[in-house]
Amino acid sequence: MAPATILVAVFVIAPFFWVIFVSFTNRTLLGRTAVNPEFVGLANYISLFDPVSFFQRGQFGFSLILTTQFVILSALVGQALLGMLLAWLLQSVPKGVKSITETFVIAAWILPEVVIGFAWFAFLDYDNGTLNMIMESLGLPPGDWLLQQPFWVIVIFNVWRGAAFSMMLFNSAFASIPPSYFQAADVAGASSWQKFRDIGLPLIRGHVVTVLILITMWTFNTFTPFLLTNGGPSYRTELISIYTYRVAFRDFDFGKGAAVGVIIMLINLVFALIYLSLGRKRAKGVKT
Amino acid sequence: MASVQFKNVSKSFGEFVAVKDMSLEIGDGEFVCLLGPSGCGKTTSLRMIAGLETPTSGSIEIGESDVTFKHPKDRQISMVFQDYALYPHMNLADNIAYPLKVRGESEQNRHKRAQEVADVLKIGHLLERVPAQISGGQQQRTSLARALVYPSKVYLFDEPLSNLDAKLRLEARGFLNHLQRDMGMTAVYVTHDQAEAMALATRIAVMNEGEIVQYAPPIEIYRRPATTFVANFVGNPPMNLLPVEAMIADGGISIRADGLSMDPLPVSARAAKALETGKTLTLGVRPEHLHIAAGGESNTISGKLFANENMGPESLVTLERADAARFTARIFTDDEIRLEQNVSLAFEARHVHLFDADGLRLPFDGE
Repeated sequence: MAPATILVAVFVIAPFFWVIFVSFTNRTLLGRTAVNPEFVGLANYISLFDPVSFFQRGQFGFSLILTTQFVILSALVGQALLGMLLAWLLQSVPKGVKSITETFVIAAWILPEVVIGFAWFAFLDYDNGTLNMIMESLGLPPGDWLLQQPFWVIVIFNVWRGAAFSMMLFNSAFASIPPSYFQAADVAGASSWQKFRDIGLPLIRGHVVTVLILITMWTFNTFTPFLLTNGGPSYRTELISIYTYRVAFRDFDFGKGAAVGVIIMLINLVFALIYLSLGRKRAKGVKT
Repeated sequence: MASVQFKNVSKSFGEFVAVKDMSLEIGDGEFVCLLGPSGCGKTTSLRMIAGLETPTSGSIEIGESDVTFKHPKDRQISMVFQDYALYPHMNLADNIAYPLKVRGESEQNRHKRAQEVADVLKIGHLLERVPAQISGGQQQRTSLARALVYPSKVYLFDEPLSNLDAKLRLEARGFLNHLQRDMGMTAVYVTHDQAEAMALATRIAVMNEGEIVQYAPPIEIYRRPATTFVANFVGNPPMNLLPVEAMIADGGISIRADGLSMDPLPVSARAAKALETGKTLTLGVRPEHLHIAAGGESNTISGKLFANENMGPESLVTLERADAARFTARIFTDDEIRLEQNVSLAFEARHVHLFDADGLRLPFDGE
């Protein structure tokens, strides 16, 4: 067996089955069940979907709904729309402006997560934060953003973080359209909006679906907002990945954490299957 | 319809100068071909009329208005692109009617008008299809229909036939000629195919290295090429060119080269001036003005037989001289030509072209 196969087996396949196995036990870090975990069947899953507590703060259902809102607002609306808008505007600006914009946007994307987390922390700080300084210089009251609007902070943070990716993909999608298509429309008298609606968007429809699914998957699994809010205050920014982390590695309830992990895997599987089937359709030459 | 004017237009891309100080006037209703090799600036010039490129300096007028910095959509022009630029996701009706759609015409009006234009171009039965389902020739006519569907001041063509095979190209060329006769449109047509330019243009602007070398009606370009470049570019096969020694003697220009025997040519003012400073000229004779010498002709050139190609209605006979220069004769006969190793080709003095050392034409007096 090739070394790569062994590595994949040790670090991917084994944990995969291990998580599924653990999700059916009451394994914990400390105490009796740490040494001798018992098989508990579906108890972990049933407790996650317990209708009494499902929607309560800090519970699985609350986190799932919060994550869904987060995905819709920051990924689908924010990243995809902003990325599309930036990519479209970049089509008609001089080359210099285009490359400068690309450099800045991509910089937001390639910086390490921890660096970005602290940069945003500094930006939002109540006493010395850049945002509050700007607010004050405009005569507006400062805010303790991470406490008052934690959800919107992580939404905007994620839009800022991910719009670059959408922009780059849409950019290359637009670039794949022969320039003469747009020039013919220019000569015919089309406005920028008409060109976008009638030519640009229909011709990159396939790419749009790809981008939407990819950023949905990534945003669904993202953990970076944890650096800003720790999932709080009072669970208000506890996304599903952060919830899993808390249950498994803070409450040390490995069984329950593993059960959440399995559910996340299933949700991701659905996304992946949709993505793959679309890819296969395009490979068959079906024009999207 | 309207005229088009280039006034001292230059265009550079970084270091590269695509068009150099070009001035050109295209009259109302004229069909002008910009002809030249690739990289000569002809497409750049066309795109500046369209507004797809902006001149580095100079100005461009359409009709009476200066459009140098206007957006393409504000110029009232039509353009046919080399790759046709048909939208793959729209059927032909929507493709053809797209310029009307952006003008806010109702769908009913649009499709009625598209049908009319498509019928004229004989693609009316294909309107429900998408571009991928029709042939190259039909795609070409679809893009033409899209250019014709709305009123324009100028019609621009960017090598519209170069993606067609030889047979379709001839057919489309004839059709464009017919259309021009019918509509009397002002058109600017870019091509590197001299036959296309000859067939379609009312005037041809031959371009080389960003400059217009000659701007004249096709027959003038053919009969009196201004430079050796034009002589070599127009005509198929191109004009035979041969460096010769010339001097004024016995009241005429006596011309000498190996294997060449010529009566003295009449002295023209320009030729006399050119011969004051040097004695090397270039002699040009078109292949169709050469025939196999029967003996007794006064103007002949001889060499070894290099090739004898029978094309059906005509034959191309090429001889090679000792200095490896070749001379091709185009002989109109459907008989097979049998030749010895040594060939002599004869021509008449009135078919001779002379160019000075810089390649500029030396006109005969009275030209």
